[in-house]
Parts: sequence; C-alpha cells; structure tokens
Amino acid sequence: MDIDWAALSSVFGVSLGVSVGLVALFTLGIAGLSRRERAVAQGSGSGALAVTGAYVCFAACAAAVAYGIYLIVA
Amino acid sequence: MESFSLILAIVVITALAFDFTNGFHDTANAMATTISTGALKPKVAVAMSAVLNLVGAFLSVEVANTISKGLVDESGIRPEVIFAALVGAILWNLLTWLVGLPSSSSHALMGGLIGATIASAGVSAVHGGVLITKVLIPAIAAPLVAGIAGLLSTRLTYRLGRKSDGKAAEKGHRAGQIASAGLVSLAHGTNDAQKTMGVITLALITGGALAPGSNPPTWVIVSAGVAIAIGTYLGGWRIIRTMGKGLTDLQPQQGFAAQTSAATAILASSHLGFSLSTTHVVSGSVMGAGLGRKGGVVRWSTATRMFIAWGLTLPAAALVGAGAEAVTRLGDWGTAAVAVFLVASSAAIWKISRREIVDHTNVNGDTPVDGAEEPAGVVTQAMAAVTPPPASPVTEELTATIPAPAPAPVTPATTPPAPAV
Repeated sequence: MDIDWAALSSVFGVSLGVSVGLVALFTLGIAGLSRRERAVAQGSGSGALAVTGAYVCFAACAAAVAYGIYLIVA
Repeated sequence: MESFSLILAIVVITALAFDFTNGFHDTANAMATTISTGALKPKVAVAMSAVLNLVGAFLSVEVANTISKGLVDESGIRPEVIFAALVGAILWNLLTWLVGLPSSSSHALMGGLIGATIASAGVSAVHGGVLITKVLIPAIAAPLVAGIAGLLSTRLTYRLGRKSDGKAAEKGHRAGQIASAGLVSLAHGTNDAQKTMGVITLALITGGALAPGSNPPTWVIVSAGVAIAIGTYLGGWRIIRTMGKGLTDLQPQQGFAAQTSAATAILASSHLGFSLSTTHVVSGSVMGAGLGRKGGVVRWSTATRMFIAWGLTLPAAALVGAGAEAVTRLGDWGTAAVAVFLVASSAAIWKISRREIVDHTNVNGDTPVDGAEEPAGVVTQAMAAVTPPPASPVTEELTATIPAPAPAPVTPATTPPAPAV
C-alpha cells in the first residue's frame, strides 16, 4: 500500500492557495465597486481608481475561470 | 447471438439509468448553494447545470478510456457482472436520495463493481491496497481539503468585504457564485458522464460488439450526455435541500466562498491526479463556509448522518451488486429476476418519496425533522414553544366513543333487580 503523499499535499496546497487567493481578489473587486457606489451616492468624486482596481481584480478572476475551463477540456 | 445482444441492451439501458440517477443525485453539488442563497431561481439553476453537464460530456473521452481500457481485465468479465454492479449502484443512489443525503455516485459504482467482481471471481480479484488509496484516503481528504479552504476563504471574504454592501456587493456575489457553480457543473459532466460512457464501452467490449481498446462510439457519448442532463434537470431536490439548508445556513458570501473552494479543489485534484469525489468536496466546503462565519453553525447531526452514509456507500452497493451477480448466474431467468427487482424497488422508492414531496417550490423550506432536533435552532425552538400541541386523533376517538355507553343506564337489563317483596 502506497499513499501518494506528494499528490495529496499538492492538491491540498493548491486548493487552499488558489481558492483563498481567488476569493480575496473577487472580494476586493466587490469592495471597489461598492466604494464607487458610495462615492457616487455622496457626490464625492467618481471613484475612478476604485473602479479600475475592481476591474483588474475581476479580470484576474475571469482569467482563472478560463484556465479552469482549459483544464477541464484538456 | 440473439440472447447475447439482449443482455448487452439491458446493460446499456441500466448504465443509462445509472447515469440518470447520477445527474439527479449530483445536481446538489453544483447548485445547492446557488439555490439556497437565492443567487439563481431553482429551475433556472438546474437548467443551467443540465446544459453544462451535457456540454461537459462532449469535451473529452479521457476518463471514459481509463475505465474501458485497462482498469479491469475485460477478458474475465461477463456483461452480467456489469449489470449486477449497476443494480447495486442505482439502488444505493435512489435510497440516499430518498433520505436526502448526499453520497458519492462514483463510490456507489465502484462498490457495485467490487461486489459483483467478488461474487464472480472471488475476494482475491480485489486489491485491498487500491481500495484504501483510491477510496478511503480521498474520502477522508476531500472534505478536509475543501473544508479548510472554504473556512479560510469565508473568513477572508467577511474581513475584506466588511465595508461592501448595497447593490454592487449583492450582484458581485451572485455573479461569482454562478460562475463557480458553472465550473463545477462542467467538471461534473466531463467526469461523471464519462464514467457511464466508460462502463457502456466496457460492456460492449466484453460482449464482443466492440474491439478491445476502442474509443466510445458517438451514440454512447450522446446518450450518456443526454441521460445525465435529464437527471440533472429533474433535480434531486431532497439532496439540494440538505446540502443548501440542512448542513448550515448560508449567506451569499459564504455560498460564494464555498462554491469557489469546491470548484478549485475539484479541478486541482483531477488535474494533479488525486481524484476526489465531487460530493465529498462540496459537502466539505459547505461545512467549512458554515464554520467560517462568525456565529455560523454546522448541524453536526445532519453531518454525522451524511458521514455514515459515505461509510456505508461502498459496502452497501457491493452487497447488492454481489447478490445480484449471484442471481444472474442462475441463468437468463435470474437476470430477468434481477431486472424486475430493480424496477420494482425503484418504483417502491419513488412511491415512498411521494409521501413527502420536495421540489423546486419548497426546496428552500425548513427541514422539519432536522430543525426539531437541533439545539442551535433558536427559531425552531421558539416556534415549537408557541405552536399548540397537535390535537391527537386518540382524544377525538375518545370523545366520539364517550356517548356510546350513555344509553347503558337506561336499559333495564343492567339495573340490579329490585328486591322481591
């Protein structure tokens, strides 16, 4: 009997790192969007920086999803 | 040759039936969190999952090939053995659906195959070491990996997003959940529809209809994809309710964190060659997300029942598979008897399920049985306190029977005779 500890721990590490990273990115994106929402509501600027940051975050998430689809297809 | 192709036809139909129960059983994995947090309407969610499962079925035949090429020695297997294995797997899937517990369809299929093989070729035909490395370790690892990932991502999303509210946050969590649920559906289609394709191809090879080493024919791919999509669309609402509401109460942030961790763990494991069951991964990530929120609870009694079901999946399916194999060996009428038994049991389980219908209209409702026994359920306790105890039919019967003896004193026969003068 041979337990593949290397594969198990790499699955563990990758799952943990990628999901925490993705969730963090996405949450930051959402935080950026809602900061813009607040800024517009209060009339204090357009929050352009927050929105740009948010879209960068979302783009990174979209890239991760695309890579996921690539993994499924390949 | 006539009877030969008949048994093959039976195996193919049974395999497609298994594929259907598989889709039915595993809709919850992709869509339970999406439905319970309200990101998608129940019907829309299952339709989306069905389409993605169908698409996934056409993406590759790699998994199918690992089953039909080399996993088992096809020279020693008769189509009846595969048939018996499928009977065990289908019945276990239907039974767990009836009680609303998520369990791994792959384990059920593996259990059925192991049982039928033992009955056919003896215990030595199964490698114990493979059983531990391929079944036991992943079953323990999957919920831990996904659970810890879900827990940490939930913590993080609450911390980073504590200032986000309003429309933007709501829309964002919805979109994130839908995207990750879509990925899970797609991965499920490529994995599980292909398992059935592999089984059908294996049956066709053992029956001599295909040359050993062939790829699955197109009609096999199409029918397996359609069967799993129909199953997914009809939706195992009972399991969706357990997964989305029964284990813990999910807010949109938690649903998003759970589904993202699940999608990541599934893809990472299948890509790195340590295959984890979709069901185990999603259950783990949902529980992790439940623990990750401040004040969040996991209903451990439901979780314990689910773990017990996981432990029983393989032996139970193996037992049925072995019994079915033993009966098919009696000859053609034995095979017919097993087929009749399968259809009758499935019909009986469906009939029992109609006593308490769970569908898209009440999938997000409370589970009365679970809620009552949970110490954490403050609301249910309060409800139980204010709800008057139901009028029991016994008292009604009593009041109904009380007037009956009333005429008794009137009847002169019962009055003691007056003393004679």
